[in-house]
Amino acid sequence: MKLRVPGLPAATPLRRYSPDQPLVDRPVLTGSAPGARIDLRWIPLAVTSHSPLAGEGLAGSGPWSAIIFDATGIRDVAGLSELHAFTAPAFRNLRPSGRLIVLGTPPEDCTDPPAAAAQRALDGFIRSAGKEARSGSTANLIYVGAGAESGLESTLRFFLSGRSAYVSGQVVRVRPAKTPPTADWTQPLKDRVAVVTGAARGIGAAIAQTLARDGAQVVGVDVPAAGSALAEVANTIGGTAFQVDITAADAPERLADYLEQRHGGADVFVHNAGITRDRSLVNLTAENWSSVLAVNLEAQLRINETLLERNVLHPNARIICISSTSGIAGNRGQTNYAASKAGIIGMVQAMAPAMARRDMTINAVAPGFIETAMTRAMPFATREIGRRINSLNQGGLPVDVAETVAWLGQLGTAGVNGQVIRVCGQSILGA
Amino acid sequence: MADPRRAAILGGNRIPFARANGPYARASNQDMLTAALDGLVARFGLQGTRLGEVAAGAVLKHSRDFNLTREVVLGSRLSPSTPAYDVQQACGTGLETTIHVANKIALGQIENGIAGGVDTASDAPIAVNEDLRRVLLQVNRAKGVPQRLALLRKLRPTQVIPETPRNAEPRTGMSMGEHAAITARQWGITREEQDQLAVLSHRNLAAAWSRGFFDDLATPYLGLQKDQNMRPDATTESLARLKPVFGKDGTATMTAGNSTPLSDGAATVLLSTDAWAREHHLPVLAHVIDAETAAVDYVHGGEGLLMAPAYAVPRLLERNRLSLQDFDFYEMHEAFASTVLATLKAWEDPAFSRDRLGLLKPLGSIDRSRLNVTGSSLAAGHPFAATGGRVVATLAKLLAEKGSGRGLISICAAGGQGVVAILEAA
Repeated sequence: MKLRVPGLPAATPLRRYSPDQPLVDRPVLTGSAPGARIDLRWIPLAVTSHSPLAGEGLAGSGPWSAIIFDATGIRDVAGLSELHAFTAPAFRNLRPSGRLIVLGTPPEDCTDPPAAAAQRALDGFIRSAGKEARSGSTANLIYVGAGAESGLESTLRFFLSGRSAYVSGQVVRVRPAKTPPTADWTQPLKDRVAVVTGAARGIGAAIAQTLARDGAQVVGVDVPAAGSALAEVANTIGGTAFQVDITAADAPERLADYLEQRHGGADVFVHNAGITRDRSLVNLTAENWSSVLAVNLEAQLRINETLLERNVLHPNARIICISSTSGIAGNRGQTNYAASKAGIIGMVQAMAPAMARRDMTINAVAPGFIETAMTRAMPFATREIGRRINSLNQGGLPVDVAETVAWLGQLGTAGVNGQVIRVCGQSILGA
Repeated sequence: MADPRRAAILGGNRIPFARANGPYARASNQDMLTAALDGLVARFGLQGTRLGEVAAGAVLKHSRDFNLTREVVLGSRLSPSTPAYDVQQACGTGLETTIHVANKIALGQIENGIAGGVDTASDAPIAVNEDLRRVLLQVNRAKGVPQRLALLRKLRPTQVIPETPRNAEPRTGMSMGEHAAITARQWGITREEQDQLAVLSHRNLAAAWSRGFFDDLATPYLGLQKDQNMRPDATTESLARLKPVFGKDGTATMTAGNSTPLSDGAATVLLSTDAWAREHHLPVLAHVIDAETAAVDYVHGGEGLLMAPAYAVPRLLERNRLSLQDFDFYEMHEAFASTVLATLKAWEDPAFSRDRLGLLKPLGSIDRSRLNVTGSSLAAGHPFAATGGRVVATLAKLLAEKGSGRGLISICAAGGQGVVAILEAA
């Protein structure tokens, strides 16, 4: 990846995850407003501050790996000044690829208008802070529902670590859910059977590799035509290759049969397979329309239906669907693709309650500009603009999408359900 | 010794077969067999696994490939502590390796193994001219420079002409096609029958590809996604336009359309005990029930070069107390359309059955709708040693799809040999 273009500012290389690195390598500044609900004492190298920082002599300290502020107890506008007093002096002392994480209470859970207003204010705050963050740092907001306090660790670990390198300006909700314990945080997917469609190349191959790294037994799925690359991926990660065209009438049944026979079911199912047939609407043929919808959306719906109907998914299963920022913000020449990717979000939100009743989750991951063979083929100017119009001033890597998928696939992420997580470096496209 | 067990067929993997000098022109036997083996490893998650053995072979083989299969295993994702050996029984190689592995499994000597074969007509070994070779060997044995120089003076320009492998029988000097043409004429096999069989082979193979039958039997290689020789739109009319290539007089019936083309490809089959399959959650597709190999004296005995299966099958049937009609599928390797048709005719012929097979009555005819239902070598192509693996995995899957029944495999081979086997649904 070329980061340097004459006349354009150089992007900071982002800190990315590897299992042998510590969660944080420098102190983490934690603080809270009165009424805070979250226990942050387990975080390594945590320094707890009682605002204002200046009084404690911490204002000039750092650099911090991360700044975490528990704002869950803020009930009114006045309380928000705690947020300002804590973050304003410390924000400049974030290390490169540092983290600003704010914890809040979901505004929709606040019956009191001032409390709802104050909690919703966190949303605007974090999105703006994300745009001000420098040197590869990110800012994210986690709304923690009442009763979900103990189910937060996998999510905090995700946002603290290099796993969330390209995730910024995001708002995640963690709801109360049965959260099984995680024995080994370097192998959070140990013994989980994970299926990845479109695993032969690009983002799918990165997802397969990342899930395998985290301990999963991976079944790579792709069209027979991509079988050669798929076998290579499977052999590299010690997984298995399953060739099938997911749009075939019998594909859901064949997948279900395979998973039952070979693995007794599945724990993580990643719907990553997707195609593009970009044309402006006036030039878009019916074939271009239906083929994109069939692969990107219809196949997912049919497979999910079969998996649930036949009980192929184990308890604590996770379905993760790859959407796209195109599905959120739209994109010229992609009416078909954006429709399919927006449709995924509709499906995820509609399925979430039923999944929760089964102690399962379904979420969408929406990548922005990711450096792949597809984006490498774009014209220079378009590509360069795509790379730059985000808070991190660069394109993401397939592994960034994969890390987000892996986090959502963890047992510990039981409380995140029906959500859309963007992996876009806080692209200016879309909300 | 423990009671014989039945060997289970768990699946297979091959690369799509290519026409000679096509997409695999630059691939060696080792490259292709490694690709087929690694595809099998990926399908069944065998990375780093030590298997009982891998048995495979090639018909056209470079001398440097003396340990071809072992070299392939070392270059594959299997555990390097998996033993391997080469087998060569001409076109019977792939089935013969399956029988070897299945027998060892049945005897309790191994728990699992892979059988297969590979052949390239593109990357064929070209030998040094025999005269030149003799001189060079003498030079090697010679003592002292003067003696060597004297020998080197024997070198002649004609000795530069290399020897290329020929698809010909060493004892008759005739090509396999010429042999088959004689048999076709003897049995009165018509051009129309042959072309019809070829068309059916193409149609059946194309239908199998398009219904995804090969999704878990083949892995693309070097950009080739389906068997290159396949012509889904072949008709008897289009085949009728081809000129005969084998047979000398005006009655010649064998064309490029109803004979297999020179091909490149590789195929593998995974076998194990039922227990090992269960332990590894691998569904059993079929079991190897029995096998028989026959050979005929095509040199002096007046039998056709490719007629050995006609002898092997009745022996196999008798041993297993089965009739020719007791099968749900017949996988008869189509070296030439006429070979299949002559064999079927022989089994229907009272005189042949009495005089050659020593049977009171003929084996009879088969239900032709059960013959090569997903195509065979005429359409798929025929990389000699790879054909057996293709056929075994295909039939095993057909039986698994049906969920019951029995299938017969018949493969003719150079040297007047024929390898046949029975598989049963698991």
